[in-house]
Amino acid sequence: MVKRFGSTVALDGLDLSVARGEIHGFLGPNGSGKTTTIRILLGLLRQDGGAATLLGGDPWRDATELHRRVAYVPGDVSLWPNLSGGEVIDLLGRLRGGLDEKRRRALLERFQLDPAKLGRTYSKGNRQKVALIAALASNVELLILDEPTGGLDPLMEAEFRSVIAEDRREGRTVLLSSHILSEVEALCDRISIIREGQTVETGTLAELRHLTRTNVTAEVAVDPTPLAHLPGIYDVRVDNHRVSFEVDGDQLSVALAELARLGTSSLVSHPPTLEELFLRHYRQAPPL
Amino acid sequence: MDPLLGTLRLTRLVLRLDWPRLLTWVAVLAGFPILTAGAFVELYADAASRNGLVATFGANPAYAALLGPIYDSSIGALTAWRIGVIGGVLASLMAILLMIRHTRDEEETGRRELLGATVVGRYAPLAAALLIVIGTGALIGGLVALGLLQLELPQAGALAYGLGVFAIVIVFAAVGSVVAQLTHGGGTARGLGMAILGLAFVLRAAGDASGPEFLGWLSPLGWFTRLRPFAENRWWVLLLSGTLSLVLAMLGFALASRRDIGAGVLSPRAGPERAPTSLNGPFGLAWRLQRASLVGWTAGLAVIAALYGTVANNVDELMSGNPQLAAVLEALGGTEAITATFFAFTAGILALFASAYSVRTALRLRVEEENQRAEPILATATPRAAFMASHLLVAIAGSAVMLGVGGVIMGATYGANVGDVAGQLVSVSGTVLGQAPAVWVITGAAAALFGLLPRLTPLAWALLVACLVVGQLGQILRFPQWLLNLSPFTHLTAGSGFLPVAVLLGIALVLLGAGFGGFRARDLATS
Repeated sequence: MVKRFGSTVALDGLDLSVARGEIHGFLGPNGSGKTTTIRILLGLLRQDGGAATLLGGDPWRDATELHRRVAYVPGDVSLWPNLSGGEVIDLLGRLRGGLDEKRRRALLERFQLDPAKLGRTYSKGNRQKVALIAALASNVELLILDEPTGGLDPLMEAEFRSVIAEDRREGRTVLLSSHILSEVEALCDRISIIREGQTVETGTLAELRHLTRTNVTAEVAVDPTPLAHLPGIYDVRVDNHRVSFEVDGDQLSVALAELARLGTSSLVSHPPTLEELFLRHYRQAPPL
Repeated sequence: MDPLLGTLRLTRLVLRLDWPRLLTWVAVLAGFPILTAGAFVELYADAASRNGLVATFGANPAYAALLGPIYDSSIGALTAWRIGVIGGVLASLMAILLMIRHTRDEEETGRRELLGATVVGRYAPLAAALLIVIGTGALIGGLVALGLLQLELPQAGALAYGLGVFAIVIVFAAVGSVVAQLTHGGGTARGLGMAILGLAFVLRAAGDASGPEFLGWLSPLGWFTRLRPFAENRWWVLLLSGTLSLVLAMLGFALASRRDIGAGVLSPRAGPERAPTSLNGPFGLAWRLQRASLVGWTAGLAVIAALYGTVANNVDELMSGNPQLAAVLEALGGTEAITATFFAFTAGILALFASAYSVRTALRLRVEEENQRAEPILATATPRAAFMASHLLVAIAGSAVMLGVGGVIMGATYGANVGDVAGQLVSVSGTVLGQAPAVWVITGAAAALFGLLPRLTPLAWALLVACLVVGQLGQILRFPQWLLNLSPFTHLTAGSGFLPVAVLLGIALVLLGAGFGGFRARDLATS
């Protein structure tokens, strides 16, 4: 998809596919186009180029029909100052075509929200809870959540994770835009990382890790300097007989063979954390 | 910390952000009296024609209620009579709206908090808002005085007029500084401010018409007429405005220092845990959001209608006692009886009132969109057309209800006075309700702007001000007919028949259709 706002290009050929029944993590730095993508998927904005399909329909043309099957939680929830939280939950539920009463009660309990307070008196976290409960209590196939836990405390965030995990078991699809890596790591089946309106990585966490470098630290018997000359090995640091480096996934066996030759006495290796993946993609200079 | 620290910096920030709005107010409020005086200079150059005006309107309590008494037949005094009260109401409106905009609204959106955490004194935001509004008032007053001098009107009178306008602005700026502290939300504060302004208007009208004279002394708007610019120039009246402003502003600062940021002196109630069954769709939501404002506006209009209905009686009395004057009035009002002219005139005022309501209500669409509250609604199974129609329906039906209530009350009060309730009820409410198509043209224009040119929605207000100028001043300033014809209200006079109604309804429908089409095809505003 392509989307321009005047002279700024918000989406520059972004690709995103979310399979039914999966929880898809949608990651990217601030201003990379996550919210714009979501708004196009909801028919609130119209793309300038490319195509989008949501649940088999056109998100712009079939917006009303599709929205019966979708619930959305915006990143920055603003409520009507004079409506209570309970009223907003009921209203949004009715506008979507129905609310599961049992779930509504259970979610109010789990998120510890007082539904009798007026919109203007809620804190950011509580406004977020109102939108979350309204979305999670409705009978929809797809949840689109734009940084839904931004204002939640750690207890509530844990509660959110367990609710989403239950939703997955019930077969709901979730598109989750988030900056909270542990959340994405714990919940998501697949992730897409975008930067400056383009998709830079997409796949399961395992695939992404596989595609990227592994961190290796080893104690060797002889001078490990020759390692540095192997292809696919980066960031070599030598401290006497201790060496640490990063290695491309497809060069790992070559590196291990070399380590064996050097007489390795101890070896620690770990896949890149999501944080490392993140930082690498976020910092990368834009392709020219 | 110095409680006023950062005041000047905040003032500069407001000036930078809001100068177009401030300049628009200055242009309208300074332009009104200067243009009126200029037209009087040209059209009523000889004393005889001015004496005719005084003879026609001077002794008439109905017009005194509308516009205030005439104290002198000089050009300046006639200007003060013709435009002083309307200008004063607009100046008060400006002061209240600007004060709330730069204090309570800032708090409601959380921007005030952002500033409050920086090096800004506790009183600085309120002081900055007062500085801005008082400065704008001084600019308006100064320009008015200079403009009147430029027309070679007497110096003292020009100065008194300018100071009189300035005095109204500072009093209502101080009123704004108090109401902004009382409530939690800007909307409620505005409602409270409007109620105080309405009370001031009614007290002045009652005092100037047939009621006890002291009532007018209770109203800051009445102080302007009692200053008598270009007549006696009673300077000491300005002391009343100065004293009241000082007391109210001190009260505002005292309240501001006693409460928490974001909180009001009046605390909000808890709401219901469940939504009532009526809150089940976009229309239920629009009604819920707008009903309080409809009740408030209708109540305000009802009071004004009752006032007009009551004073209208005097028109008849005056005419029966003075056949010569009756002849003059007949000539002035064309073939219609003078009472009908009076009701046509007041119906126009009520229609402008209803139009202001309908513009405000229709533009709620834009407010909802800009505050990201349209987004969650449109992300549900609510079609865009339904969202748009919900608020427009309230605007259209609400303005009709207002006109109906206003017409019935004006007809009933007048009918009770002349002993013909049934007859007057029908004829007066017919006149007032007959204005509805013109009101809806304005509503349609607001809807078209929202759909097609959402950034330019404030133009709907400019349109309303243009209609106000044409309607209020067009006749007396002898605007050319084509200019008068541009206002939809011009075409709805008694006996104008069905054709203008049909044409105006058609224009309103086309504008509404354009608005719907535009909104369906455009992107939603993003933050």
